[in-house]
Amino acid sequence: MSDSATLEQPPQDAGERQPVTKKEITSNQPTWCPGCGDFSVLSIYYKLIQKRNIHHERVATVAGIGCSSRFPYFVQAHGAHYIHGRALSFASGLSISRPDLHVFTFGGDGDAFSIGGNHFIHTARKNIKMTYLVMDNFVYGLTKKQTSPTSPLGFKSKTDNWGALDRPINPMKLAISAGTTFVARTTHTNPKHMLEMMNAAMDHDGFSFIECLSECTEFFPGAFDASNPRKGGEFSLVPEDHDPTDEAAAYALASEDFPGRFGIFYSVQRPTKNALEAGVIDAAQGKFKGKQAPDVLQATFNKMK
Amino acid sequence: MSETTVLEANTGSNSQASDISEATIRIAGNSQDGIQSIGGFLARLAGRSEREVMTMMTIPSTISGGPSIFQVRLGSGEVLSPGDEADVLLAFYQHSYEDHVSNLRKGGILVYDSDHVEPREDWLTDYRHIGIAISSLTVEAIGGTGRDKGKNIFALGLLGRMFSLDATKLGRLINERFDGKGESVVKTAMDAFEAGYRYQSDDISDLYRLARGGADRANQVVMTGNEALGYGLIAAGVRFGAGYPITPWSDIMELLRRELPKYGGTFIQCEDEIASVSMAIGAGYGGQVAVTGSSGPGISLKTEAIGWAVMAEMPLVVIDVQRGGPSTGLPTNVEQSDLNIACYGGHGDSPRVVLATSDVEDCFYTAIEAVNIARKYNVPVFLLSDQAIATRIEAFNEPNLQTICQDISPDLGTVPSHKPYDLSSETGVSRHMPPGTRIEDGRYPVVTGLEHDEMGQPSASAEHHIAMTKKRRNKLKTLADELPKPEVYGPDSGEVLLVGWGSTKGPLREAVGKSGNNGLALSALHIKHINPFPNGLEAIFSRFKAIYVVEMNDGGVYGYGQLAGLLRSRFADARIEGINKTDALRWKVWEIIERVEARQAEIKATA
Repeated sequence: MSDSATLEQPPQDAGERQPVTKKEITSNQPTWCPGCGDFSVLSIYYKLIQKRNIHHERVATVAGIGCSSRFPYFVQAHGAHYIHGRALSFASGLSISRPDLHVFTFGGDGDAFSIGGNHFIHTARKNIKMTYLVMDNFVYGLTKKQTSPTSPLGFKSKTDNWGALDRPINPMKLAISAGTTFVARTTHTNPKHMLEMMNAAMDHDGFSFIECLSECTEFFPGAFDASNPRKGGEFSLVPEDHDPTDEAAAYALASEDFPGRFGIFYSVQRPTKNALEAGVIDAAQGKFKGKQAPDVLQATFNKMK
Repeated sequence: MSETTVLEANTGSNSQASDISEATIRIAGNSQDGIQSIGGFLARLAGRSEREVMTMMTIPSTISGGPSIFQVRLGSGEVLSPGDEADVLLAFYQHSYEDHVSNLRKGGILVYDSDHVEPREDWLTDYRHIGIAISSLTVEAIGGTGRDKGKNIFALGLLGRMFSLDATKLGRLINERFDGKGESVVKTAMDAFEAGYRYQSDDISDLYRLARGGADRANQVVMTGNEALGYGLIAAGVRFGAGYPITPWSDIMELLRRELPKYGGTFIQCEDEIASVSMAIGAGYGGQVAVTGSSGPGISLKTEAIGWAVMAEMPLVVIDVQRGGPSTGLPTNVEQSDLNIACYGGHGDSPRVVLATSDVEDCFYTAIEAVNIARKYNVPVFLLSDQAIATRIEAFNEPNLQTICQDISPDLGTVPSHKPYDLSSETGVSRHMPPGTRIEDGRYPVVTGLEHDEMGQPSASAEHHIAMTKKRRNKLKTLADELPKPEVYGPDSGEVLLVGWGSTKGPLREAVGKSGNNGLALSALHIKHINPFPNGLEAIFSRFKAIYVVEMNDGGVYGYGQLAGLLRSRFADARIEGINKTDALRWKVWEIIERVEARQAEIKATA
């Protein structure tokens, strides 16, 4: 665990092996509804893996529960489909114990901000190294149209026939205030931009979070038309002069009315949990230079006599 | 020190001292008085003197202050329980005196701090009262600062003199304990100790001399159950853990957090119980055998994730240091009421392994066993401890760490192909290949909580659910075949078999040892592996007329406790009865014997 291999390093044998093809990383046919925004995220994930030439064994794809969380089944690589809301905690255990892996976690708005809200805050605060992409569709899709934590006020669902009453969570503001060190926003209708964001997120040494608007054509069609130029909307990038290390400026961007801005809102360097724990290990092991586990334990037992 | 255990009197070089084989000393005061450290010193001295020791302490549930006790039983033979009755009670306050005198055997010695305690006339004949101005003598000894901070060490000196304990060894222990806190602290402690040890009184000087144990106890270590469990996990090769604070589990978490980095491992304190179990499972997915743990309510919170580990077949060790429940219950009392949640907690058919540890030494070895089962069978393993084992100190023979310590770091070697849920094996056991493993045929596994096919792709087909349910169940059947055959303690057949699990092992064995005296022949069976049960229990049960399952939990609506319920459902044997109690205190030997006798008399009367 003290192995300090970083994610930026390509695997040593990369040179000898052929780059992965799309076919090699494609697994089962997705079960999503036709037109679902998640298809676009999946194809960009394939592209990212190819572009970065990550071999199968170097990547782990983790997800919780929800439509989008079916993700690992569609990727031909090591994957884990965990329980509802806790994918980040699972991925944290994996990330901290296996610094040699690229850990990508995928989920939806219910998984991230409702049942898993506490884990989102603490993964951000601890700055655990991984990329977390939330396919935000503003609705519970797998359970067929209940109000989600990001459903806008007035959204009519099966649990709010008269329109949603509860103030929605603003994922960007939540992420920034919780201490996320990389916060970006993109949408399924702009794959080029999405790839750019995922690429930057992957390069970030820390907890990188992307909110990706991903339309549920079945239960909330047209939710994101305002951000889609082909539907008469406007895709507005983060202003060129925005300083992504300025927390207050990032918070101001996140406070803009829907459809808001797209791009990197916030990006700062802060020691990762992974690095801090590795530092604790180095310091602790420094005192036992070269000693094997039985000798270290023996030293402790000698004090208990 | 009871009449039966007093050896020949006055045989030593000191004509005044009686040789004894064991003594139970109860120290009662307030938590800030350092009661625990007196007990700790005595326990460690016993460990260094080839003696057996077992202690018991109560932790006040208040944050600071409140009554606190420590009971230590020292013996040169096998010490199975912390002792029913004390031979000596050391009382610091009036409340300590009044609340604990009932725990002192009639004729026992009552040493009290005459600065705080007013003896009661009606008790003077039953107990031998010795009043010593412990508080003011301590203040006098350590320089008259007006504070009596060192009175625990003064009292340790008194006890040292009473029991002719090795003053040099005790002095060395005090030096070691306070070394690092500065010279003046060491000096103050030694002053207090010497003042106590040299206190002149014909009443207490060299009353008793404890016999030494055999040479087989020449090399002992002394620690609490929680410490033994934590170090057992480290010896087993565990290098990742995650947890959340809760009493009495927290000690293990703190130990692992502090110690694991020395071994290249880490322990993460999480935001909640669910994150803790999830992080541990995530590390398990990464190739570790990771540990999480908790007590009471925390275990309830972890159950959904544990169900995932059953379904996805991930190795995981879950420590449950049981306390009184349900809900927040009795956080600092002992109970054995988490057996059902360990075996069945969670939805669906979800077979998992459940082991229970019985004493401090057993904590060390059972931790290793739990890790090895989790690793071999890719299954969550519950390791049940309890508050009584967790906090008490025992001495045990030092394990050979060179041969016991394991390296279980993950193997990430390339494989030609891999099915995470291979159905071809009769045993049900398949391998987990963590990420990082290159699979040459290019077909990679998904681990999942959905019912699945052999590659981990979702499948709700009847065939898959039937086959996979069987696979998960068969792993436990395979394990049952490999478990050691349970052995009866005492006569191999007879009238009454006492059955127990966890920390009742010692008291049950002591009851068997004492039972011959009064015509009631008892045998005892300790069950360590509870899910699955080891094979061969029927054969044992068939050799006894009555089977009483003694547990620290409720007999429930139908009159038997949690282990008894599991045994009855397994063996459909109505002779299996429960002997239960819910006072949230450990079983005393006389309580067990009384309850068995009463039940036997009842049966006779109706026969």
